Amino acid sequence: MNILSVRGLDAFIGGQQILHDVGFDVAGRGVTALLGRNGVGKTTTLKAVLGLVRRRGEVLLDGVRIDGDRTHRIVARGVGYVPEDREIFARLTVAENLELAARTDHPDRQLVDRLFPELGERARQAAGTLSGGQQQMVALARVLQNENRLLLVDEPTKGLAPRVVGEVADAIALAAQRVPVLLVEQDLRVVTRLARDVVVMAEGRVVHTGPAPELLADRDLVQRLLGVHRRTAA
Amino acid sequence: MSTVVLLTVTGLGLGGLYFLVASGLSLIYGLMRVLNFAHGAFLTLGAYVGYQAGRHVGGGASWSAFTVMLIVGTATGALLALLTELLLVRRLYERVIEQVLVTVGVGLGLVALVNGTWGADARPFPAPAWMGRTTTMLGARIPNNRLVCIAVAGAVLVGLLALLNRTHHGLIIRAGVENRTMVSALGIDVQRSFTAVFVIGGAAAGLGGVLAALYNGSVTPGMGDSLLIFAFIVVVIGGLGSISGSAVAALVVALLQQFTNYYGVSGLGDFVVVLALAGVLLVRPAGLFGRAA
Amino acid sequence: MTGRRVAVIAGGVVLLALLPELRLTIPGVLPGPTSSAGSLQLLAVCLLIGALAVTYDLLFGLAGLLSFGHALFFGTGCYVFALAVERWHLPLLVAALFTLAVGSATALVVGAVSLRVRDISFAMVTLAFAQAGSLLVYRNFGGYTGGEEGLGLSGTRLPGWLVGVGNTKNLYWLALAIAVLVYAKVVWVSRTRAGRMMAAVRENDLRVQVIGVRPYVVRLMAFVASGALATMVGMGYVLVAGGANPQVTTPAFTLSLLVMVVLGGAGALWGAMLGGVLYTLLDQRLAVLASSSAITSLPAVLRVPLSQPLFLLGTLFVLVVLFLPGGLAGALRRFRHHRAAARGLAIEPAPAAAEDEARVA
Repeated sequence: MNILSVRGLDAFIGGQQILHDVGFDVAGRGVTALLGRNGVGKTTTLKAVLGLVRRRGEVLLDGVRIDGDRTHRIVARGVGYVPEDREIFARLTVAENLELAARTDHPDRQLVDRLFPELGERARQAAGTLSGGQQQMVALARVLQNENRLLLVDEPTKGLAPRVVGEVADAIALAAQRVPVLLVEQDLRVVTRLARDVVVMAEGRVVHTGPAPELLADRDLVQRLLGVHRRTAA
Repeated sequence: MSTVVLLTVTGLGLGGLYFLVASGLSLIYGLMRVLNFAHGAFLTLGAYVGYQAGRHVGGGASWSAFTVMLIVGTATGALLALLTELLLVRRLYERVIEQVLVTVGVGLGLVALVNGTWGADARPFPAPAWMGRTTTMLGARIPNNRLVCIAVAGAVLVGLLALLNRTHHGLIIRAGVENRTMVSALGIDVQRSFTAVFVIGGAAAGLGGVLAALYNGSVTPGMGDSLLIFAFIVVVIGGLGSISGSAVAALVVALLQQFTNYYGVSGLGDFVVVLALAGVLLVRPAGLFGRAA
Repeated sequence: MTGRRVAVIAGGVVLLALLPELRLTIPGVLPGPTSSAGSLQLLAVCLLIGALAVTYDLLFGLAGLLSFGHALFFGTGCYVFALAVERWHLPLLVAALFTLAVGSATALVVGAVSLRVRDISFAMVTLAFAQAGSLLVYRNFGGYTGGEEGLGLSGTRLPGWLVGVGNTKNLYWLALAIAVLVYAKVVWVSRTRAGRMMAAVRENDLRVQVIGVRPYVVRLMAFVASGALATMVGMGYVLVAGGANPQVTTPAFTLSLLVMVVLGGAGALWGAMLGGVLYTLLDQRLAVLASSSAITSLPAVLRVPLSQPLFLLGTLFVLVVLFLPGGLAGALRRFRHHRAAARGLAIEPAPAAAEDEARVA
């Protein structure tokens, strides 16, 4: 059973139409990678699922239509969102960032401490003073502490040092064992490591879907769909 | 020396009034990005309804009457704010210009009601006799009503900071001021906070109305709007969305006004304050304490 | 503008010009037949405020600049012109040119400073400037402005044809001329390249930046143009009203301009004119209606709100904002679209799409 189904999705930013008749499914387990060059509408797609941009079309979460709901209701149904550029609250402490995002009284603190031990030491630190990698951990922790039915993760490794990229990938891999993930990612090494399925977009439309290994093995296809300056699998 | 003390304490009292009006405006703008033009009307109605209620308690010049006025004034401001947000502002979700316009209309209408009900002339505001007397501090004779303004405003400041920094709802508001879209994206209904913030602001304005009436010794239909201009100035200088910024800016503006009016030409103080606003905005558009809008 | 619309407007102007010679009566709306001084005075004020609303629409509707300082330029027009004529004894034409120069210069300075910040900060800076100006006027610094009393025009320094009740129709024609001129000028501006850039910049700075134009300059042009025109309207107003009164310098007055423009439909210039005329009519006539026996005999619960023009206008304004976006002009546009659609014709694009384009009369 697919955890997420999108049909006929159009999305608009300002007066412009960004997504055209987008449709795809996210399987109920593992990581589905959403790929494409810069500007094709990957982030917009995630936002459209959450209702953060004006959109038309059908969005189904586990068979239930959510496109009529307001954003906070969709999230409350169990959709965890890790946005591009993290968007943590700089003036709040790390602990407050986590507290704010906790959807129940008993978030999974153990998991957070296990995945991101550094955060425990910095609980009282203002989140804005953390490094990029640590902020990414906060962004992940605040979502992973909850019980989710689906995770929407947008370019979590962007701008991070290689070691941190590895840690982030580890965390997502761990989370994906229990919760399906829709992952927007430009770094193909991460995609290769994590993804079961891929959805590829171009110019606001879906141009390819299928199992990840098939796509990644086909160098020409990768080149054509994703462009030359991608860091390909070794 | 005693003049300086008097000017300073009076300035602090006036600053307290500015803070009461500005605090609500600051939160409302910080969280909702709405310039609430009805805020002055909340203040005016808080003053008038409080005044009316107090007069029913033995003529109004007693401590019990004054207490009633404070409570009724605060409640009036809160209630008007609640109705405005629920019935009007909420329907215009995400349409900020229209939300501002709607508050303009509400402000106009409410003040017109005051004009119609109580007339356009100023009415003297009854208060306990102690308010009219003075206390000697550091060689200066300070009118007691100024001290009351300082005390009440100070209490509200402490209360608001506690609310924001020590409660869960305050956490939501602080986060929302930074990035309200992300707060929604974490599963929190930000609209409820909009209502809460509107009501808190309205309550503070209503309370400020009663104290402004005390400070001036009278109620007039225009009292809210004339204070509103200064409140806007305080909010912008202090930084939209920052309570502590509003407090500091309120003091700075009030003291600047008092001293300039006294040592310069009367009326110059108001002018200087307005220029200060333009100056701060051009140098630091986010205000002294604010985040970038 | 379609040929049909030009014909309608031209016809309307001709009708308005002929009004002083006709004896039309509109009971309840006008205090007397259209040839009477009272009605002509009222209509003249309506036309001028309508024109002022159009200048504000240039700023707010076309260029998207929410300014709270527009009263400053109107007030400058009133006060500087009155001073030039009354105190400094300048001949009429020289006074007019001088006032226009002062108004334009003020707009340039205020605009140059205010436009360095955006949105709410811009609104607040303009509010601050207007408030400062208003304070100057009310405090009567140097005795120039007459404070709360205002500055009367004694008529001794004005040419005969502008003075006296018998010449009200000349003032009316002057007001009509100014209104037509201002309206035509603003429509013209909106259609020039500069005007289209102003509309573009309202949506998105990038749209002009990509062609190498600085958004700041475009906005400044809009600001100065609207300020200069407002000054001109102010001069006409002080002649019609017989003097300058400080109420027109207040931020509250600018707010009423905002109400007028939104009521009529921001961006539809004729809507702003209509909004201005209607607002002024309502404001003036409701005050008279309020003291009529029909109202005074009502119970207080009804009487109080109905006797206050600003309450009715405020309520009307709230209702328009909530339920009639685009104001009267928008409603009319939608009505015409539905009528055309019902007839199976597509005369103009759907209102929603039209709203995205630069709006012209």
